[in-house]
Amino acid sequence: MKRSLFGRLWPNVTAVVLFIGFVFPVYWMFATAFKPTGDIISEDPVWFPTDITFEHFKRATGVDHFWTYVSNSLIVTFCAVAFALVIALAGSFALARMRFKGRRGFVIGFMLAQMAPWEVMIIAMYMIVRDASMLNSLVPLTVFYMMMILPFTILTLRGFVAAVPRELEEAAMVDGCSRAQAFRKVILPLLAPGLMSTSLFGFITAWNEFPLVLVLNKETEAQTLPLWLSSFQTAFGNDWGATMAASSLFAIPILILFVFLQRRAVSGLTAGAVKG
Amino acid sequence: MTVQTERPPSGPVDVTKRDESGPAGPRRRAASRAGALTPYLLLLPACVATVLLLGWPLLKDVLLSFQNLNMAQLIQHVTEWNGVDNYKEVLTGEDFWRVTLRSILFTAVNVALIMVAGALVGLLLARLGRRMRVMLMVGLVLAWAMPVVAATTVYQWLFAQRFGVVNWVLDKLGWHSMADYSWTSSQMSTFFVVTVLIVWQSIPFVAINLYAATTTIPSELYEAAALDGAGGWKSFTTVTLPFLRPFLYATTFLEIIWVFKAFVQVFTINGGGPDRLTEILPVYAYIEGVGNQHYGMGAAIAVLTILILLGLTAYYLRIVLKREEEEAGL
Repeated sequence: MKRSLFGRLWPNVTAVVLFIGFVFPVYWMFATAFKPTGDIISEDPVWFPTDITFEHFKRATGVDHFWTYVSNSLIVTFCAVAFALVIALAGSFALARMRFKGRRGFVIGFMLAQMAPWEVMIIAMYMIVRDASMLNSLVPLTVFYMMMILPFTILTLRGFVAAVPRELEEAAMVDGCSRAQAFRKVILPLLAPGLMSTSLFGFITAWNEFPLVLVLNKETEAQTLPLWLSSFQTAFGNDWGATMAASSLFAIPILILFVFLQRRAVSGLTAGAVKG
Repeated sequence: MTVQTERPPSGPVDVTKRDESGPAGPRRRAASRAGALTPYLLLLPACVATVLLLGWPLLKDVLLSFQNLNMAQLIQHVTEWNGVDNYKEVLTGEDFWRVTLRSILFTAVNVALIMVAGALVGLLLARLGRRMRVMLMVGLVLAWAMPVVAATTVYQWLFAQRFGVVNWVLDKLGWHSMADYSWTSSQMSTFFVVTVLIVWQSIPFVAINLYAATTTIPSELYEAAALDGAGGWKSFTTVTLPFLRPFLYATTFLEIIWVFKAFVQVFTINGGGPDRLTEILPVYAYIEGVGNQHYGMGAAIAVLTILILLGLTAYYLRIVLKREEEEAGL
């Protein structure tokens, strides 16, 4: 079946238009971040920056406590992901490899937990943390972020554990390994890619979290990068250069991770839902 | 094979075999009982975490919704129960119903746009040549990956009153009154910006997954349809669409749930303003509760919102589980 010139052309033209539409906001963020201020506040937009400048990045990172935000974000994110991985690994092994009463119930329970409406529970979480005198601390943040990513981590790891051939484990046990040893020496190394991609999605979630830290941590010493970014609007007025530089810095790690993870994201739908 | 007996049952066949081979020694029975406990022990940390960190806040929310808890009570640490007063106030007031209706309309418009546009882009991906497909895919992934807070600041810049690109383009296209337009000045224009942002970020998820689903359609089905004389449109409605229906169904529900609780986008673009006119339920609960410090009222709104979401989620899980069972049954 031969298609007409028009039939061959329109999908490609539409694809180009769509590509521009989807990429433009991201491109504009980076372009603005590197443009001199004169090019940003010009009557006609400067589409392609010619003079590259780093002054906006300097101003964005020169904010008081910038490095506190960075280290807070890193600490909270890494701890949350690490705890979630350890807890999820045990649980997912049980769900993937063992038969027991209530197994299906556990799976459904974690699926429900994955859809938990965290955005709406902020008031209760605020009260709990306040009653424990833990406001402006990184501990409650870490613990709650861990919980936000735990159900997804369990459900995804379950798939990865199930994909490791049972024969390998049995062979190790025939050779004299205990079940725990077989797990550590055979399954764990094979799970490494799965652990990697699962933890990266957890990383993205925790890195982006905004409503909870907004309510819990009012003191700058305990705040994270999303608050730094959202406060730019008010603090810097119309300093779009610095704001876009901040957005770029915040987005770059996630954009890089995501491009690598794109394939896994697709299979993530069956294991549960993933949203960037 | 002593190692084998210490193994916890690893499949339904194993279990029944073990139960039937009744005359096992006491030692062996003790070992298998310990083995039967292993999965529960492995799941224990996850369950404890879920109960403490998810169950407790949920319960706390319900408890708070029956309390008179404002600034004064908060500072003095007193608990004043007031029965269903919060609910009475919320449900008889006009605000709650107005915000609920607004949330439903907001969700409906967004999800309709996301699903229609996402499906079209997904089908386009399936039709493109390899090089063009990879290019469009990269664009989609970039939009998908943008952190929400970063994306909202970028959209504020795109739609900025002065020097914003959108206003400049509209002006050049001949719509001169838009040259200095403030997008956050009215309810509809704020919702417009939020909708563009949400749709832009959500289409990639639908499109890429839909494209992935189309690649699993067996080509024999199309060949059979072509033999029966089906043209492009006919084979689309008889092969593609029925094959994708469960996927579309599940994704629609996911999007409904996600958009319904789109707190960050609405809140960071304009704080629910102007004049609280763009508050959707999660934002309304936050501003009533934390912003205006009527914590009990906010909790009651939150509980009502959670109930709506729970209904949606239960329905979504039913779809997903049914599909899983059908696949397992094949």
